[in-house]
Amino acid sequence: MSDEANKGLLLPLRRKLLMGMAALPAITMLPRASFAQAPATSAVNTTGLAVTDTEVTVGILHSATGTMAISETGSIEAEKLAIEQINAMGGVLGRKIKFIQEDGASDWPTFAEKAKKLLVNDKVAAIMGCWTSASRKAVLPVMEQYNGMLYYPTFYEGLEQSKNVIYTGQEATQQILAGLNWIAKEKGAKSFFFIGSDYIWPRTSNKIARKHVENVLKGKVVGEEYYPLGNTQFNSVINKIKLTKPDVIFTDVVGGSNVAFYKQLKAAGIDLSKQALLTISVTEDEIDGIGGENIAGAYACMKYFQSLDNPNNKTFVPAFKKMWGEKTVIGDVTQAAYLGPWLWKLTVEKAGSFDVDKIAAASPGVEFKGAPEGYVRIHENHHLWSKTRVGRAKLDGQFELIYETADLVEPDPFPKGYQ
Amino acid sequence: MTDNRFFNRSEFFGILVLAVFLVVVLPLTLDVFRLNLVAKYLTYAFVALGLVICWGYGGILSLGQGVFFGLGGYCMAMFLKLEASSVENTKIQSTPGIPDFMDWNQITALPLFWKPFSSLTFTIAAIILVPGIFALIIGTAMFKRRVGGTYFAIITQAVAAILTILIVGQQGYTGGINGMTDLRTLKGWDIRPDHAKIVLYFFEVGLLFACIMIAQFVRHSKLGRILVAMREKEDRVRFSGYSVANFKIFAFCIAAMFAAIGGAMFALNVGFMSPSFVGIVPSIEMVIYTAVGGRLSILGAVYGTLLVNFAKTSLSETFPELWLFGLGGLFIAVVLAFPNGLAGIWGDYVQPRIDRLISSRKPKPDGWTDSSVADGAPAE
Repeated sequence: MSDEANKGLLLPLRRKLLMGMAALPAITMLPRASFAQAPATSAVNTTGLAVTDTEVTVGILHSATGTMAISETGSIEAEKLAIEQINAMGGVLGRKIKFIQEDGASDWPTFAEKAKKLLVNDKVAAIMGCWTSASRKAVLPVMEQYNGMLYYPTFYEGLEQSKNVIYTGQEATQQILAGLNWIAKEKGAKSFFFIGSDYIWPRTSNKIARKHVENVLKGKVVGEEYYPLGNTQFNSVINKIKLTKPDVIFTDVVGGSNVAFYKQLKAAGIDLSKQALLTISVTEDEIDGIGGENIAGAYACMKYFQSLDNPNNKTFVPAFKKMWGEKTVIGDVTQAAYLGPWLWKLTVEKAGSFDVDKIAAASPGVEFKGAPEGYVRIHENHHLWSKTRVGRAKLDGQFELIYETADLVEPDPFPKGYQ
Repeated sequence: MTDNRFFNRSEFFGILVLAVFLVVVLPLTLDVFRLNLVAKYLTYAFVALGLVICWGYGGILSLGQGVFFGLGGYCMAMFLKLEASSVENTKIQSTPGIPDFMDWNQITALPLFWKPFSSLTFTIAAIILVPGIFALIIGTAMFKRRVGGTYFAIITQAVAAILTILIVGQQGYTGGINGMTDLRTLKGWDIRPDHAKIVLYFFEVGLLFACIMIAQFVRHSKLGRILVAMREKEDRVRFSGYSVANFKIFAFCIAAMFAAIGGAMFALNVGFMSPSFVGIVPSIEMVIYTAVGGRLSILGAVYGTLLVNFAKTSLSETFPELWLFGLGGLFIAVVLAFPNGLAGIWGDYVQPRIDRLISSRKPKPDGWTDSSVADGAPAE
């Protein structure tokens, strides 16, 4: 029976994919009727999830309030857009997606509480959510205990892999190594100065970057400094930069600190068109606050830029702006958040079931050709194969694509030789 | 009017009602998930209870109770984390057998101060003593020099800020901003499944009543009356030959220990501990619970905590983007309209009617609101 069901599903899946591509530009205008005969609820939902004959419920769990709201709002918007587009195409297995939004309030225990509420009370089929590593770490035990499925959008430090999480952002090696290789080759860089915010992601990223610089690029790290989250005084480190004159400043300063950092850098007379700076923490969202004139010339290492020139992105950006306003910008994580509902939909259709165990098992190999960043595929370790790109910040707050890896980079959350 | 028993008739009645509410009504009406939420709320009630003694009776406003909540919670979490980090559980790490966040921070051996926390007895002692001694040191340093009022409140805030920075900065030893997550078992007993949550809930309610009894005892003893006298006219008490500083230190230490018990129960109930409970904002929130409940009322503190947290959860579930405004409005309304909080409403409007109904005698309305004292009348 299961064989038959699989065969029956393959065809609609391919068809849906193709139609999905074709429909992307017209999605917001033309809601489509469901075309696949919806399979019986009892067959696709054996674990008591919130799935009816016409609807399936998922959760959205981000900070809509608190300090992280500024970063996470983009993710919420992208997920809602994806859900709306999927519904316009007929939903998932013939069912419309309904979402329940919960506010993590930038508070990690609240994230855990709300995740539990979504899984236990609302029986959601999947959760699109979390942003900071701290919130993910808080939610992870809940996901594993109650067997939920989390689609996590942020680029993060790695060292984690769970049956119950799909990581749609890059892990540290995917984000860092190609960028370092490029800048070492392009700029002949030998000496690096690391500056980061003081928590697990910058520390781990810099650890990996240091090993790569020392062991692979045969360069030197001339300084490594950390500042508390929210710090706004960078004068002492800027003086050290002036003294050590590194070829590259490599930064993973996050959040509001960035504004102070780049302004002070400029005020201290460090010209980013001459001094190479590679950041892994500044996206279009952050530039909104920093101001294009303060950061123009800096290089950022990401997997997505709003300015990417490909057909998928050319339909994604206008659709996003149409839904959320002309002034919104789309950063790397926002794009990764957009992938969550789509990957879940494709996986459900591949598995022919909403059951979490089946989705976890079916995830490896699921490919999404409509991704704004280009083609992506889920790896056995539940991370995504994706390209690494380097962009250069422009005055208008956008990035100009300078370099991208030729092939997809394999995700490696537990990198050997880098720990 | 006050006697030296733990409680008078109406107080006994109030405690009984609370006991029935927590032990019978809630467990019968709520599912395990909501009951676990109540257990989480009640961990703050310990803090609020301490604040009633320290702030309501002693007049010492501490805006740093999160420090003690955090210390208690971290002590418990360290024990649980060590147990969860057995060599078998952590074999993918470069150094198996140490907590995962240490491994991420390139620490290769368990730090010395972590070692005693593999003993449960030591941990339980530490939960009470570490915050107690810390409060003793702060209290002695402040009150012996007659630092009080606003200055004391500011200093407690500073301590809260310092401790947060310390915890976040020393992430190799404390888990940093992520906190200590994924706590699993207590002496081999899994704290995560539903039945464990129910057991923990009743255990916590038991502890809460023990603390309520201690608070009642303090309140009705001579000590409690000295605290009130001190609040009203510190110099007079000092000139009567009492060491004001010692009484203040005592009240502050009791509040700290209550908060620490709450913190430890939090780590058990929620399964993790993070610096977000240590800082200034949570500390002020805890004061708000007490204010909403009525800072002079021991039971009011419990109800206040429950009410605010229920409101927080249900508002944020219904209005995920606007709920903070609703909550803020609620606080302003309560403080403007009912300066003595829930207990004030009860004492002024409900209690007199019940008393009139029960007996024809008309007792003085000094129930658990202690409104006579609040009005500035002499304590005896």
